[in-house]
Amino acid sequence: MKYDKILLEHGGGGLLSNELITEHFLPRFQNPYLERLEDSAVLSIGNQKFCFTTDSYVVSPVFFPGGNIGSLAICGTVNDLAVCGGKPLYMSCGFIVEEGFPIESLDTILNTMAEKALEANVQIVTGDTKVVARGAADGIFINTSGIGVVEYPGVLSVKSIQPGDVIILNGAVGDHGAAIIGARENLSLSSDILSDTAPLNDLIADILKASPNVHCMRDATRGGLGAILAEIAKSAQVRIDIVEKSIPVKENVRGICEILGFDPLFLANEGKMIAFCPEADAKAVLTAMQSHKYGRNAAIIGSVCKAEQGRVVLKTVIGGERIVDLPTGELVPRIC
Amino acid sequence: MKFIDEYRDPEIVVGLLKQITSASVRIARPVTIMEICGSHTYAIGRFGIRKLLPDNIHLISGPGCPVCVTSARDVDLALYLASLPNVIFATFGDMLRVPGTGGNSLQKKRAEGCDVRVVSSADECIGVALSHPQKEIVMMGVGFETTAPTIAAVINSCRKKDIRNFSVFSVHKIVPPAISALLADPLLNIDGFLCPGHVSTMIGAAAYQMIPDARRAAVITGFEPVDILEGVLMLLQQIENKNMSVAIQYSRGVRPEGNTRAMTLLQSVFETADAQWRGLGTIPESGLALRDEFAAYDTLKKFSLPDIHTGDIPGCGCGDILRGIKLPHDCPLFRKVCTPANPVGPCMVSSEGTCSTYYKYD
Repeated sequence: MKYDKILLEHGGGGLLSNELITEHFLPRFQNPYLERLEDSAVLSIGNQKFCFTTDSYVVSPVFFPGGNIGSLAICGTVNDLAVCGGKPLYMSCGFIVEEGFPIESLDTILNTMAEKALEANVQIVTGDTKVVARGAADGIFINTSGIGVVEYPGVLSVKSIQPGDVIILNGAVGDHGAAIIGARENLSLSSDILSDTAPLNDLIADILKASPNVHCMRDATRGGLGAILAEIAKSAQVRIDIVEKSIPVKENVRGICEILGFDPLFLANEGKMIAFCPEADAKAVLTAMQSHKYGRNAAIIGSVCKAEQGRVVLKTVIGGERIVDLPTGELVPRIC
Repeated sequence: MKFIDEYRDPEIVVGLLKQITSASVRIARPVTIMEICGSHTYAIGRFGIRKLLPDNIHLISGPGCPVCVTSARDVDLALYLASLPNVIFATFGDMLRVPGTGGNSLQKKRAEGCDVRVVSSADECIGVALSHPQKEIVMMGVGFETTAPTIAAVINSCRKKDIRNFSVFSVHKIVPPAISALLADPLLNIDGFLCPGHVSTMIGAAAYQMIPDARRAAVITGFEPVDILEGVLMLLQQIENKNMSVAIQYSRGVRPEGNTRAMTLLQSVFETADAQWRGLGTIPESGLALRDEFAAYDTLKKFSLPDIHTGDIPGCGCGDILRGIKLPHDCPLFRKVCTPANPVGPCMVSSEGTCSTYYKYD
C-alpha cells in the first residue's frame, strides 16, 4: 500500500484521485454502469433511458467572484447530466452546515440555487439537512444528485470517440480556478476574474440538435481541460492533438497564471465543455455553440488520431510539442 | 499580453532557430549546454524547445531547482520539526511532496494530523504567528538568492514587531559555489551555461566569472522562449569564436551589478555556511545560515534537533541528473518506480525538477 491515509491530493482530480477510484471504490462496487466512469450513469427503465449523477461541493471560500457554493451545486450536477445527453429534470440536495453559519449566508446560497435551478429548468424535489458542531465542517458543504431523461439516440461516451474526430471547446478556460485563487485571501491579489459557473444543458441541447453524430462530451471541471483530455486519451486509447494558440484563455486569467506559475490548461472550469464529433459535423456544432450565450468564444482546439498509447500532444505557441498529462500535486484544494 | 507575447512570437522563434542552426553547422561538433535554473528547465519543457534545436545541440539540466537540491537529511529534519506538538510548519507548496527517508513527506505528516501549512510568501507567516501566539511557527526557508532576501525582510520585520514565536529553518543555498563545484568535476562535459535570470537580478554578472575562467561560455538568460533561444545563440557565438565571457541576454531584468539593496539586506541577516546539496554532496560556503545576532529566529538554534544522518535515496539517480551526468531516461527508476504520483527523488517532485519536466513534456 502506497498510502495509509487520505491526502488532500486524493481529492485533486488528478492521478491520485484516479488511483483512489480504481483501486478502492471500483473493485468493491463493480457493475457495468459504474465501470464506465462517465460523468453520469446512463440507465434504462423499460424503454426509457435515464441518466443519474451525484456530486459534493466543498468550495472554499463559499462565496467567490461570479458565484457561490450554491451555483456550483446546481450547475455542476446539471452539467454532468447534460454532457451524457440527458435533459436534467429533478434534483436532490443535501446540506451539511457547521454550527454558527450565518442564516443570511444560507439564504443567499439558497436564492442562488433557486435561480440557477430555474435557469436550468430543473426542480429540487427532495433534500436533507444536517448540522454539525463547530469545527466538524467548514461553513457549509452541499451534495446534489440529479436525474434526467436521455432522448439523444447516439451513444455519448468516451468509447464512441473515433480517430478523425475534432474537438470543440465552448469558450475560454481557467476562469473558475483563477477566480477562486484570486478570492483566497492569502495571495493578496486583486483581480476582476469571475467564475464561469453556468448550466450548460440548454447549450448542449442546441449542440445535439445541430449534429446527430456527436460522439462524446465532457465538462472540464476539476483538473481543467488538460486533465479531462488526458483522461479521455487514456480511456479511449487514442492520441489527441491540440493546438495551444487555438485554446481561448482570457487575458486576466493568463495574467494570474503567469504571476503564479499556473497552467490555464489545468485550472478548473464550471461552465466549459468539450464535444467530440466527426469533422463533417464540426462546423454545425461550432455554429450552434457560438450562437448560444455560453458558447460565444467556442473554438476547434484539436483532433483525434489513432495511436497505440493514449496521450495528449500539445503544439505550443512557438511550434514545439509537449505531452499533456494528468496533473499531480495539489494545485488548488477545495476548488469546487 | 504585453511583456509576454513578444517573447513568444513564432516568427522571432523561427528566425532565432535559423541562426542557431547555422551556428551549429559552423561549429560542427556536439555542443552541450546546461541550464542551471529550474525555471529554465520548466520553460524548455513547457514550450517544447528541446526538440526544436539542431541535433548537435544538447540542453541538460543542472542543480537549479531549490526543492530538488534539498538534501534528504534536511527533508528528514523538516519532517521531525513538523511532528513537534506545538509547531505550525510553514512551507512553499513544492516541498510538500518531497520524500525523506522511507517515502515520508510533509503532505503525509499533514494527513497524520501535523499542522503543515502551505504559504505563498514568507510574509504570510507573520499573520500566522500573530494569530497563534501560543504556537511556534517554523518556516522552511528554501530557495536561492532570489528568495532569501524576502525571508531576511520578514525576519527583520518580526524583530521590529517583537514577534518571538517565529523562526526560519534555513536550507537556503547560493548558486556560484555550486557552479564552481560543477566546473571542478572531471566528469562534467559542458560547453556553456544558461545562467539563471532571476538569481542574476540579485547577484549580477561578475559572480559567474569562474565560468569563462574555466573556458566555458556563460549567458544570463530570461525565461521566455525567445529569451532562451537567444541565450543559446549567444552561447554558440562565444563557443564558435572561442571568446568566453559572462554575457547578459536578460538585460530587461538584470543589471551587471545586480540588486545591491537586496543583497545588502540578505547579507545583514544571513552568512554563508557549508551546505549539503542533493547529488553534489557538501559544498563549502554554499548555504545561507542566520547570523548569530538573529539566533532567536534560527530554528536550528531555537530547537534541540536530533542528529540525523540521511544519505541519498538508494537507486535514485537525482544526484547524477543534477550534475548533468545522466538524463532522466538513464535512471532505472524513471517512469517505472518513480512517477509524479509516487516520486522517489526530488527531481520528480518539483514542477521545476528535471525528471518531472521530462515526464510531463517529453
